[in-house]
Amino acid sequence: MTDSMILTDVSDIAARYPEWITADGRPGYSGYIVAADHLLEFCRMVRDDLDYDLLSMVAGVDYITENMMEVVYYVYKTTGGGALVFKVQTPRDNPVVPSIFPIYPGAELQEREIYDLFGINFEGHPDLRRIFLWEGFAGHPMRKDWKEPYYEEELKPFKSRWPQGHVYRAEDELTPLKDNVQFPAGFDPYDWEAEGEQMLYAQLRKLQNAGDEELKTDRMIVNLGPQHPSTHGVFRMAALIEGEQVVELKPVVGYLHRNHEKIGERNTWQQNMPFTDRLDYISSISNNFGYVLAVEKLMNVKPPERAEYLRVLFAELTRLSNHLMAVGFLLNDLGAYFTPALYGLEERELILDIFEIVTGSRMMCNYMRFGGVVRDLPEGSYEKIRDLAFDRLPRKIDDIDAYLTGNEIVRVRCEGIGVLTAEEAIKYSLTGPNLRASGVPYDIRRADPYSIYDRFDFDVVVRYHGDVYDRYLVRLEEMRQSIRIIQQALKAIPEGPIMTGKSAYQVRVPAGEAYGRVEGPKGELGFYVISNGKGNPYRYHVRAPSFINLHGLAPMSRGGKIADVVVNLGALDIVLGEIDR
Amino acid sequence: MNGLGIIRGLGVTFKHFFQTYLEDLRAGKGRYFTEEGVQARSRADQKGLFTVQYPEEKLPVPEEFRYNPFLVYDEGPNGEQNLRCTSCGICAKACPPQCIWIVRSDDPVTGRPVPVPAEFYIDIDICMNCGSCAEFCPFDAIKMDHEYEIASYDRIAHHIYDKAKLSKSAQYYATIRPTNAAREDAERAAKEAAKAAKAAERPVRKIGPENAN
Repeated sequence: MTDSMILTDVSDIAARYPEWITADGRPGYSGYIVAADHLLEFCRMVRDDLDYDLLSMVAGVDYITENMMEVVYYVYKTTGGGALVFKVQTPRDNPVVPSIFPIYPGAELQEREIYDLFGINFEGHPDLRRIFLWEGFAGHPMRKDWKEPYYEEELKPFKSRWPQGHVYRAEDELTPLKDNVQFPAGFDPYDWEAEGEQMLYAQLRKLQNAGDEELKTDRMIVNLGPQHPSTHGVFRMAALIEGEQVVELKPVVGYLHRNHEKIGERNTWQQNMPFTDRLDYISSISNNFGYVLAVEKLMNVKPPERAEYLRVLFAELTRLSNHLMAVGFLLNDLGAYFTPALYGLEERELILDIFEIVTGSRMMCNYMRFGGVVRDLPEGSYEKIRDLAFDRLPRKIDDIDAYLTGNEIVRVRCEGIGVLTAEEAIKYSLTGPNLRASGVPYDIRRADPYSIYDRFDFDVVVRYHGDVYDRYLVRLEEMRQSIRIIQQALKAIPEGPIMTGKSAYQVRVPAGEAYGRVEGPKGELGFYVISNGKGNPYRYHVRAPSFINLHGLAPMSRGGKIADVVVNLGALDIVLGEIDR
Repeated sequence: MNGLGIIRGLGVTFKHFFQTYLEDLRAGKGRYFTEEGVQARSRADQKGLFTVQYPEEKLPVPEEFRYNPFLVYDEGPNGEQNLRCTSCGICAKACPPQCIWIVRSDDPVTGRPVPVPAEFYIDIDICMNCGSCAEFCPFDAIKMDHEYEIASYDRIAHHIYDKAKLSKSAQYYATIRPTNAAREDAERAAKEAAKAAKAAERPVRKIGPENAN
């Protein structure tokens, strides 16, 4: 290695290549702007020389007034620390950016998402197809000049609601296939050929003819889903199989797509809060947490001490309820029909009872506000949490452990199945329990602490085989660690206010960008927001852990049996509300 | 791999199975179809059968439980319903899915807005039960209901709630949310008292001809 190769931080690179790296000087922004033709070179340097090995988030932004589109990348080190942010700008009329897939394969689905929603072309992407929408969908919805069929106004609150709010339902006036559906120019729904499907199958057929010549085997494409009890929702896997073995597999998503991000950009800042509940609907408080962290960074407010404790307390209860379900339903996927799942659900119900008492809803909690939480613990709820955390849950988790961990059938079905090495897991941007099961002790609560997690004593759970069994063990042990955190929080929680200032339905958010991320139950859950100083977010992007963890599904399943695909998916622990957004 | 793990696991299911019968024997008839029984089954020290047999049995809803919004009215001396709503529109602006529609009433003579809603609609199909309207209402006029069995046969005819359907009395509110109602009443009373005290302190202004009526 020559002297010139030793780089300690990115400003060295920026100083060395001033012609194609510039610091992002816009007020409230950070990071570097890299010239598009040097992007791959830059990424290689960042990954290999600076050790930013984990690509966390890729987001597109449409700056319509500057006639420019931007792709934003956040990369982290798996050894911990803050982000390196870099951006690429491209003209709006012909947006082309080189794909960073060769360096960070974890960009594959995220680049497809940006291609679909923004229409930015990624040169060199191996499989650039629309991901959420179909080919009969007109335009790219995340562009700022795109308007939906029931378009009413650019931003909420809509003027038609008050003071002359005469109620009407738009769908009663507009009939189907007349005004409420937009098709691209020249598209006729009646002689539509499913081009997207053909492209998908073409990708798989590339490998189809490479079968065993001697045995004259035939390779076959099998669709698992979208309606299938093992897919945890409407999710499809197109698998190329040879006999019982999976040769290649492609996840197909978008059946539940509602364009959460566009809705989020129409909403005001506060209105987004209940919408975040609906992303990963079984761990809604974590979603609230990520979003408030991002917006609080921009607003520069800090919640009071008691609110911080309440946030941690509820985020950990959410993690418990999520993992109870993940473990239970993994066993369902293994064929242990519902007994383990219901044992998990039983404990989860008791946690949801607490959510209901405190937040008012079992699942759509809508608990956090910018600068605090919405409600203090009502009478009797502290005791309920205490009884669960100190008595019942530790006992019940030991029960589940005794019930499942040693079970020979579980072990035979899980050990050595769906193996991902640490390098692969990092390469495919996996986070959360899936990454830690592959031997990478990366937990954002430790690696880049947020809120008050630096005060708690807990272990980062890590296992080293990277198979389904280890993913199960990581979740089981993480529940115990969550209980430890809850116990400490319950002992240390101070009295005091739960809000800084007063919660308002319209907040002032200074212009700038911010990325707030939490260690969600499923992995790194991040919210990337841009404010232009007005009442609504200019850009609102969700880094959904379930979605990005899907990169791991094909490498886990390749070479395995088709029956194990279901188990691999169960071990990834996905929620379609978050994948499709 | 000798099958001991399976047997040990089956021990756990056997314990669950056995406990249900033991608890039934211990608790006797009161375990099912009684309020105490339902509550006992959802406590942290619960053992045995966990499920609640809806609709014969129902879990009690906690005070903070939120379902659909309703408008609170105070009953006047002659039984008239005085809605607390002033049609200020804050709930309609705060509502995330924009399901609240308000028509403000105007004084027919002066044309100035009158603090009473002429019409108030909530499209209950769109409402996402988030509670923002109740949270940000400055007049304690819109609150979240506990009534959750609202299925109906006709979406078009029944799912846009109007002012009459939304109005519920302050007494009803106080029965479903006693602590909240008591706290808010005390806060409002304190505010009124402060206002009255301030008004008493203020020097008496000369009443101009346009204000005398």
